[in-house]
Amino acid sequence: MSEEERKRPGEPEDDVSAASAGEQRTGTLEDGVSAANIGERRSGAPEDGGSAVSAGEKRTEAPEAGAAATGAGTPRPKAAETAADGARTEPAAPARRKETEEEKAARRKAALEAREAAKAAKAAAAAQDAAAQAGSPGAAQAGPQAASPGAASAGPAGAAAETNEPPPKPPSPNQPRLDRAVQLLRELVADDAVESASINEANDHLPTIVVRKERWLQAARLFRSHEELNANYLRNVTGVDYETHMEVVYHLLSLDSGHNYAIKVRTDRDRPSVPSVTPVWETANWNEREIYDLLGIDFPGHPDLRRIMMPDDWEGHPLRKDYVPLDPEV
Amino acid sequence: MGVIRTEELLLNVGPQHPSTHGVFRIIVKLDGEIITEATPVMGYLHRGTEKLAESLNYTQIIPYTDRMDYVSAMTNNYVLVHAVEKMMGLTVPERAEFLRLIVMELQRIASHLVWWGTYLLDIGALSPFLYAFNDRERILQLFNELCGARLTYNYMRVGGVKWDAPEGWIDKVKDFVKSMYGKLDDYHALVSGNEIFLSRIKGVGAYDAETAIAYGLSGANLRSTGVKWDLRKNEPYSLYDRFEFDVPVGRNGDCYDRYVVRMEEIRQSLRILEQALEQFPPEGETMGKVPRVIRPPAGEIYVRIESPRGEIGCYIVSTGKAEPYRLKFRRPSFVNLQILPKLLVGESMTNLVTILGGIDIVLGEVDC
Amino acid sequence: MQRFWDDPVSWEAAGRYALVALALLAVVIVFVTYAIYFERKVIGWMQFRQGPNRTGPLGLLQTVADVAKLLVKEDTIPAKADKALFVLAPALAFIPSFTVLAVIPYGLNLPFADLNVGFLYYVALSGVTTIAIVIAGWASNNKYALLGGMRSAAQMISYEVPLVLSVVGVAMLTESLNLRDIVLRQEGYFWHWNVFPQIIGFAVFVVAAVSELNRTPFDLPEAESELVAGYHVEYSGFRFAFFMLAEYVYIYAIACLTTILFLGGWNAPFPQLDFIPGLVWFAFKFALIVFSLFWIRATLPRLRVDQLMGLAWKALLPLALANILLTALGIEWLG
Repeated sequence: MSEEERKRPGEPEDDVSAASAGEQRTGTLEDGVSAANIGERRSGAPEDGGSAVSAGEKRTEAPEAGAAATGAGTPRPKAAETAADGARTEPAAPARRKETEEEKAARRKAALEAREAAKAAKAAAAAQDAAAQAGSPGAAQAGPQAASPGAASAGPAGAAAETNEPPPKPPSPNQPRLDRAVQLLRELVADDAVESASINEANDHLPTIVVRKERWLQAARLFRSHEELNANYLRNVTGVDYETHMEVVYHLLSLDSGHNYAIKVRTDRDRPSVPSVTPVWETANWNEREIYDLLGIDFPGHPDLRRIMMPDDWEGHPLRKDYVPLDPEV
Repeated sequence: MGVIRTEELLLNVGPQHPSTHGVFRIIVKLDGEIITEATPVMGYLHRGTEKLAESLNYTQIIPYTDRMDYVSAMTNNYVLVHAVEKMMGLTVPERAEFLRLIVMELQRIASHLVWWGTYLLDIGALSPFLYAFNDRERILQLFNELCGARLTYNYMRVGGVKWDAPEGWIDKVKDFVKSMYGKLDDYHALVSGNEIFLSRIKGVGAYDAETAIAYGLSGANLRSTGVKWDLRKNEPYSLYDRFEFDVPVGRNGDCYDRYVVRMEEIRQSLRILEQALEQFPPEGETMGKVPRVIRPPAGEIYVRIESPRGEIGCYIVSTGKAEPYRLKFRRPSFVNLQILPKLLVGESMTNLVTILGGIDIVLGEVDC
Repeated sequence: MQRFWDDPVSWEAAGRYALVALALLAVVIVFVTYAIYFERKVIGWMQFRQGPNRTGPLGLLQTVADVAKLLVKEDTIPAKADKALFVLAPALAFIPSFTVLAVIPYGLNLPFADLNVGFLYYVALSGVTTIAIVIAGWASNNKYALLGGMRSAAQMISYEVPLVLSVVGVAMLTESLNLRDIVLRQEGYFWHWNVFPQIIGFAVFVVAAVSELNRTPFDLPEAESELVAGYHVEYSGFRFAFFMLAEYVYIYAIACLTTILFLGGWNAPFPQLDFIPGLVWFAFKFALIVFSLFWIRATLPRLRVDQLMGLAWKALLPLALANILLTALGIEWLG
């Protein structure tokens, strides 16, 4: 583990703020209003991150800037923000703000960085196009994640249908990562390891992969040990009863790169069973026990699969949608 | 003369034991006073929050989150409303977001104070407990003035907060922050250098970063091993990227490092509070534009924030209805507790209390 | 030398002894009542709270009420306990705690039993209480009680060694084990007291004494956070009261003993203060020690078992032995 702070270059919230900052730089200011307000109000405190968040909340659609953030990885939102902030407030209210030498230097540096970012963005966009063509076509689909129970059951077909939607969405900044992960799974685990893959845009562009149940243990080992994926941290395990099928969702994280992945494994409802990943991540131990307890999903390979929340002699699995409480009054 | 026959002692620690901090049971096998096996048993406080949530709308779920980690209800509130807001793409007015951040940091201090007091009580020192609760009481008073509750606040709403800060509240918080710095120094003087205390916690319950990551530990339990991972810095939410603060880390991953990290986190929270109170917008809305009935679009989301105990996460599956289709909380106490049986083997009964206390669990959250 | 067998056998002598013994009993009971009250008050103040203040004026009757409650409580004996031993243990803990008081002189003219091996008598009898605690832990048929009892046995046996050895220096200086003689040898003012030539012995004695009393930071036998209540977890009512009483009578005894052995007993510290009667000085020094015990309790965390044993055998014992050597050398060279 390296000791220095792990700043995540591809962190989505950074993306967006950088994106809006970049947009302001190019002159489209409709988004900058709230940012400007805040900037004026606290013009006395230039050292902190400024209006990054409130600007960031507005999810701007600026394709090239969005790509810039992931592609280059360099534009620190802080610096870019300072640049935009300074550039905007200076002509409007010059009397209010006396620039010190430091601030000037910072502004110059930020401008430089922004220029570099734009350059890198172009390069990244090109690279991404190439990657998209090279990567297995039809496997990884961009666009909003189709996870509503009904749509999810449609499987790959539903995802494929989405490509035909009329307004072409800008490619997600995490698309290359998703493609890469899918490619690795196909190459190193099995051809049929991936059922579908998508980007969950609302969730900070979270790459989401549905892995075939039979391949899951292998895929988990790959995620854990492959140096590119290096998902050493299992954040959360959730079981969901979709009535048509059961699903176990794993949220993975690489503490070194800060990359997040969501992996879903589907299983049928009558005899739900998903291979245990406790040997891969110890975190899964109690989480799987909890899912077994509350949803009745079996985890072959688990060292100690017992009920954990409910009493040992409890009948049924309460979180199932068809669960009938023992005592209806309760 | 035959060999003296010895046998293992099976001891039920809990569910009603003063040091399990709630209804939690550990079945330990003892060889003398040395633990050879430990099996945690939980579920005594399982209320089926996740099941209940499936028949409630999102505003109704908020009070249930208060009761998960009841020592840190504000952060629980936040993770739920933040998840819903993110799903719906809502913006929160700045004043509301500031209020949220301020109460969350106050809550972090309050929670760490409770931990500090009870931990020392576990180790046998009586007075720090009362000192800590005195200071926590002042935070609870502040919360009481803000939202009329001392423990289960039900303060945040999707799109903002329920109550605006009353007149003079911000100044009271400022006073508190100012005096708390001094108190913190007092506490260090009182306890942190105590030879007995140090000998009780140094080198006890140590694990390395690899183990911590494999077990999915978070919060001070992870940072004590030297992994600099704080969601407020690494995956910023709310307004944390506006403020300057450090992420304290330990080195050896023992109880002492966890102690130092938590104590330092109080100071860092005070720093954040100082800046936030300075920049607090003097006026503004406290509730954003929110539809009358909250119906997040179909889809799913996993949102996580840094609670005093670590990464608290909220996974929502929505079908576009007013109630969640599935709501799952990733509870830091539950995940952190998993390492306990591993740490206990080979330790004495006394260290059981030290190690369990060092993990800092809240049973309401473990059992959910 | 005053010996009761020197007195004529008469009703009058017997009555006198009975009266004096009852007076002492009353003093001790009052002390215990108000020691508990002051302990709660003092610790309360140290923790920014009030302490007992409801029962009686200023809460002065709190302990009385507590004891009354304990005495009228139902007497419960666990079904699977060893009944005979369970009943025996509190009495066995309590009787020696009172018998040790017999040898303590409060003033030049206020000795009770003027025994020439007074200190040894004290140590020997107080050791019996350890047995009572082990019996209590065993008889309760409770795992926590058993652990507490075993801890207690290990602890008290370990700490009696440095406790006795630390007093050897005093015995060498004063050439007596009679507690009255020991005070008489310290005749004079504070620079004559044993505490200064015997500073190492004093330190070892105080630490070992706190441990003998099972008080923080050595309260492992009843460590609440680990063993719930240790050896007396199954006791309630007046049997529990006996254990409590024994504990506080030992505080009384140890405080008296420290005053006598190291702090010059009833002697005034300065010539100018000679007009104050010796009994007051005795009470004052005694109160100071009792207060220190409360103070320590409010301040320090608890040791771990292995550290406790380590402290006794690796630190206190060598120190006590070194103290004996140094005292011997000092007597040899300085006279």
